Amino acid sequence: MNQEEQVKLMGLWGSPFSKRVEMVLKLKGIPYEYIEEDVYGNKSPMLLKYNPIHKKVPVLIHNGRSIAESLVIVEYIEDTWKTSHKILPQDPYERAMARFWAKYVDDKVMLAVRKACWGPESEREKEVKEAYEGLKCLEKELGDKLFFGGDTIGFVDIAADFIGYWIGIFQEASGVTIMTAEEFPTLQRWSEDFVGNNFIKEVLPP
Amino acid sequence: MAEEVVLLDFWASMFGMRTRIALEEKRVTYDYRAEDLWNKSSLLLEMNPVHKKIPVLIHNGKPVCESLIQIEYIDETWPDKNSLLPSDPYKRAHAKFWADFIDKKVNVTARRIWAAKGEEQEAAKEFIEILKTLESELGDKKYFGDETFGYVDIALIGFYSWFGVYEKFGNISIESECSKLIAWAKRCLDRESVAKTLPESEKVATFVSDCRKKLGLE
Repeated sequence: MNQEEQVKLMGLWGSPFSKRVEMVLKLKGIPYEYIEEDVYGNKSPMLLKYNPIHKKVPVLIHNGRSIAESLVIVEYIEDTWKTSHKILPQDPYERAMARFWAKYVDDKVMLAVRKACWGPESEREKEVKEAYEGLKCLEKELGDKLFFGGDTIGFVDIAADFIGYWIGIFQEASGVTIMTAEEFPTLQRWSEDFVGNNFIKEVLPP
Repeated sequence: MAEEVVLLDFWASMFGMRTRIALEEKRVTYDYRAEDLWNKSSLLLEMNPVHKKIPVLIHNGKPVCESLIQIEYIDETWPDKNSLLPSDPYKRAHAKFWADFIDKKVNVTARRIWAAKGEEQEAAKEFIEILKTLESELGDKKYFGDETFGYVDIALIGFYSWFGVYEKFGNISIESECSKLIAWAKRCLDRESVAKTLPESEKVATFVSDCRKKLGLE
């Protein structure tokens, strides 16, 4: 493989967005070079060159070209490496549903949890309620399935990596409780299965 | 089996316009059902219980929500005519990046120009910067999709019918700041799908005036 074909990923070790991409690369067995970015300190010239619009990670570089936005990158990987572990279903309707729920995780749930844990005290009650309702909606969508993607880890599971790993840490660090095993037995079970997967485990922060 | 395609929408929604344009580009026959946003139908609440918003595309009884997701669904379901997304994975990713940029930046800022008191000037200035970034991405291309009208063009063009509103409340001239983008919009309007879909600026202006009264802004 020549230099250009090599896959490079600019990421941040603690970022669930960055980890989404690493999880998919691992699941698909795609070798890559990982470059840690000091996003909050000194953004490198490489980051500013490859993501001039948002100046954020993750950024995937493949064949000399860059792709930004984690879920866009995940779909790019899915479209480019067709042979292994499928992240999205084949059927257009099922694909639309997967995209809908991934967007729901991003736009509603993650944002609400972050605001609930780290936002102003005055808004806390409202944000906790919104986060709780968002998680309840996801719990209902998961239902009896092993993963959101069915029998195997799929697009929505990857998008929801935040719930699998980071939500516990956020709750502990902020002292705000939103998701408990008692109130969310289905998401709790999913969380353990997700984090227990060998490929996922490999990329999670220590 | 006979295809049944229904679209729940509101005429002024730049998001609903995306779906209508996509359906028109594909020559898909559909049943347009106008929603009253202040009195949502039971069908809307049933088909989009999570967000309770338009547009909702219902294909053979099954709902697809979120306009960009609908465009992709339409492209994948009716692949024969007028591809809306490129087949090359990198070009697809590039298109999705820019549609995501439009969703994250354009609407939020634009809304602040007419719907948030005291923020008009600041929001208008930001809005122009965002349009300039898009103009830079467009470059000298005929469309964002290069020679082919597609995903990013569809994601953005609906906002053109609202430009008059942003100019009025933001006290800006989009034509003088972003003339290339205006030229692009006019090229898009030459397409039947767009011409049929975009409402008249004056009609949007009246609608916004009513909204502002309801919000207590005038």
